[in-house]
Amino acid sequence: MAARAAPKKKPTKKNQSSGKIANFSEQEELKSYYDMLLIRRFEEKAGQLYGMGQIGGFCHLYIGQEAVVTGINMALKEGDQSITAYRDHAHMLAVGLDPKGIMAELTGREGGLSKGKGGSMHMFSREKHFYGGHGIVGAQVPIGTGLAFSNKYNGSDNICVAYMGDGASNQGQVYESFNMAKLWNLPIVYVIENNQYAMGTAVARASSQTDFSRRGVSFNIPGVKVDGMDVRAVYAAADDAVKYARENGPIILEMLTYRYRGHSMSDPAKYRTKDEVQRMRAEHDPIEQVKKRILDGRLASEDDLKDMDKKIRAIVTESADYATNCPEPDPSELWTDVLIET
Amino acid sequence: MAIEILMPALSPTMEEGKLSTWLVKEGDNVGSGDVLCEIETDKATMEVESIDEGVIGKILIDAGTENVLVNTVIAILLEDGEDASVMDNMKPSAAPIATAEAEPVAETTLVAAPVAVIPQTDEIPEGTTFKQQTIREALRDAMAEEMRREDSVFIMGEEVAEYQGAYKVTQGLLEEFGDKRVIDTPITEHGFAGLGVGAAFGGLKPVVEFMTFNFAMQAIDHIINSAAKTLYMSGGQMGCPIVFRGPNGAASRVGAQHSQDYTAWYANIPGLKVVSPYSAEDAKGLLKAAIRDPNPVVFLENELLYGVTMDVPELDDFVLPIGKAKIERAGTDVSIVSHSMGIKLALEAAEILAGQGISAEVLNLRTIRPLDTEAIIASVKKTGRMVTVEEGWVRCGLGAELTAVVMDGAFDYLDAPVARVTSKDVPLPYAANLEKLALPSVDDVVNAARKTCYAD
Ligand SMILES: Cc1ncc(C[n+]2csc(CCOP(=O)(O)OP(=O)(O)O)c2C)c(N)n1
Ligand SMILES: [Mg+2]
Repeated sequence: MAARAAPKKKPTKKNQSSGKIANFSEQEELKSYYDMLLIRRFEEKAGQLYGMGQIGGFCHLYIGQEAVVTGINMALKEGDQSITAYRDHAHMLAVGLDPKGIMAELTGREGGLSKGKGGSMHMFSREKHFYGGHGIVGAQVPIGTGLAFSNKYNGSDNICVAYMGDGASNQGQVYESFNMAKLWNLPIVYVIENNQYAMGTAVARASSQTDFSRRGVSFNIPGVKVDGMDVRAVYAAADDAVKYARENGPIILEMLTYRYRGHSMSDPAKYRTKDEVQRMRAEHDPIEQVKKRILDGRLASEDDLKDMDKKIRAIVTESADYATNCPEPDPSELWTDVLIET
Repeated sequence: MAIEILMPALSPTMEEGKLSTWLVKEGDNVGSGDVLCEIETDKATMEVESIDEGVIGKILIDAGTENVLVNTVIAILLEDGEDASVMDNMKPSAAPIATAEAEPVAETTLVAAPVAVIPQTDEIPEGTTFKQQTIREALRDAMAEEMRREDSVFIMGEEVAEYQGAYKVTQGLLEEFGDKRVIDTPITEHGFAGLGVGAAFGGLKPVVEFMTFNFAMQAIDHIINSAAKTLYMSGGQMGCPIVFRGPNGAASRVGAQHSQDYTAWYANIPGLKVVSPYSAEDAKGLLKAAIRDPNPVVFLENELLYGVTMDVPELDDFVLPIGKAKIERAGTDVSIVSHSMGIKLALEAAEILAGQGISAEVLNLRTIRPLDTEAIIASVKKTGRMVTVEEGWVRCGLGAELTAVVMDGAFDYLDAPVARVTSKDVPLPYAANLEKLALPSVDDVVNAARKTCYAD
C-alpha cells in the first residue's frame, strides 16, 4: 500500500563515482565479464525455476547488481570472509562455490549447500569463508563484525566483508557494530549495496541521510561512494578499502547500484516506473559496459563472447538439472544438525 | 533449439493465472529482459520477461485467457536463424518433476566438532573436600578456569571488565586476563550478541554476559535466529560455541520490565541448550560445561542467589554434565520438581512438610533443555505425585511441559493431578506487598504439595 503511494521522484544523482577507475588488463576485463554473466544467467535460471514451482518461498535475485560482488571479490585474498543478507546467490558464486550446490539449495534438495535445510536465504560455506545468507535484515552486520573481531583476536591479517542493503543500513545494530568496529579497529569492509529500494520503499522515504558513505562519520569511519554499476570502479574502491581495513580498521563503501527485478519473485515492482528500470538497463548495465569495452578494444570477438555465453549457459543448465533431479533430503535429516553431539 | 516459454508461477502459492496481454506478436525479435506479456494473479499484475534472445515463433495462449495453469507452454521462441518448421515436431513438455534417481551428493568438507571434555557423570568422588563459596565466586572461578584452559574463551558484556561486573560476577578477571579477553561493550545488546555469534563462527568461545536477561530481549534475535538455528540451516557446517549468561527472573522490586523469567522462552527453542543452576556446585560445574559445549548455551542465573554461600567440591576440574537432574532431597510422597530459585523454595517447603508427616522429594532439574525426563519420570513413579515450581507465568510454562512429560511417561503411576506453582498471571508489580503476592512462595509450595496428597 505504501509502496503504491511512493512519490514519483527521479532517482537523483545516481552513479556519480568516487572517480577512481581501475585500469583493467585484458584478462581482468574478460574475467569480470565472465563472472558477471555467470551471475546473471544463474539468476535468470533461478527465476525460471521459481516460475516452474521448483523453488519455493522467497527468492531474491541479484540481476543488475552483478558488478558489486564481482569487483569486491577481485580485491580479496584467500581466507577473507564475507557475509550478506538474503539476496545471496551471487555472493556465493563470486566466492567460487559450485553453482550446482547453490541451485540445489534453492530447490531444497540433499545436494544443496545446506543439505536443503537452509534455502535461498540461508546458505553457508565454511570452506569459502562465506558466512551466510541471513534472513533478518541487518543481522549479518554485527556477525560480520564478530568475524573481523576473530581475525584480530587470532592475529590473522584477513578481513571480513559485510554486505548490507540501503534498508538494512537503518537498523540499530549496524551502528552498534560501526561503533565497536572503530572502537577496536576491526578489519572489516562494510559494503552498503544501495540499490535505491528496500522492498517498495525508495531510499529517500526511509533515510534521513541518503548519502550512505557518510553513515560512519560519527564513528570516524571513512566512507567512499562508488559507481556500483562499473566493475572497474568497484574494484578500484575495493582494493583501496581492503588494504585500508587490513592495516587500519573499518571502512564503508557505498555502492550505487540497481536491481532490475522486483524485491523478490512476488513483487510486481509498481513503486517505480518502467522508464526508470529501462534507463538503468540501457545506460548503466554492468555487463553491457564491459562487453562494449571488450569489443571496442578488440579483446575478443562477438563470436568469442557468444561462445562464452554458451559455456555459461551450459554450466547453469547443468546446475538446474542437478538441482531438479537431486533427491530431497532423507526424512531422518529432520532430526540432525540441531545440536552437536556431546 | 526452439525454446518453450512457460506460464510462470509468480508467488509461493500461485497455481494458475490470467494471461491478460501480449506485448509481443509472432515474428517479433526479442532480447533477454524484454517484457513478453502480462499476467494477472489474485494478488497483482506481473510482467513476464524473456530470458533468452530470439524470434517469437508462435503464441499458443491467447491474450485474455483465464485460468492458465502454471507451466503451460504459452509461446515458442525461435533462436537466431532458426526456421519455424522446428516447431512441428515439438510437443509441449511437462516441467521436470523432482523424482529422478539420486545423484552423488556434492562432497562437502564438514568441520569436525571441537572435542569437548564433558563428563557423563555427576558423581563427586569419595573423599572429595569442599570449600565454602558464594555462587558469585563459583561462577567467576568457572570462567577463570576455562579461560586458563583455553585461549579462545573470552568474556564480553556491559561493565564486565573495569567495573568488575554489574553484580561483581567477573571480579578479578580483567586483572588476570587483560582487556583482550575481558571486554567492556557499549550498551548494545543486539550488536554484541550478534558479534559474539560471529566470533563463535570465527572459532572463538565467547561468554556473553547480559547485565540481566531482560536486556537480552534486545538480542533475542541473535540468540535464536543466529546462534540456535545456523547449525541446522548450514547442514551441520556452522556450529556456534557460545554461552549467553546473566541473571534471569525477578530480583527485588525492580518492576515488571526488569523481572521476567525467560526459562520457558528459551527452553522452547531447538538448537539451544538451557541451563539454570541452583547451588554453587551447579553454578561451577555447569558453567564450565556450558563453556566447553560446542553449542549455544543459555545460562540462566539468579541475582538473589549470587550472595548465597554453599559448598563447592575442591577438584582440579569439576565439570557437571548438561542434561542431568539432581535429587536434592530424597522423599517418598510427592515430587517437587523445579530449578534455580524454585529449589530454594522447594527445600524449605520439604522441611515444613516433613514436620507434617509428608515426605517430599526435591528434584533439581539443573538443565531445562535438554530436559532429564528420565529422572522426572523415575521420581514420579516413586512418589505418585508431582508439584512443579517456577517463577515464570503459568500459560505454556515449564510446569505445563513437566506435566506433559509425566502424562507421557508415568500416567498410570499418578495418584493425584499435578499441581503447578508459578508466578501470578500478571506483569510483576513494584509495590512490595503486591510483588510478594505475585511471586511463588514457600507457602504456595507447601499448599500445593498437601493438595496433591489430599492432606487437607
Ligand atoms: C528485521 C527484519 N525486518 C524486516 C524484514 C523484511 N524485509 C526483508 S528484506 C527487506 C528490505 C531490505 O532492503 P535492503 O536492506 O535495501 O536490501 P535489498 O533487499 O534492497 O537488497 C525487508 C523490510 C526482515 N527480513 N527482517
Ligand atoms: Mg535496497
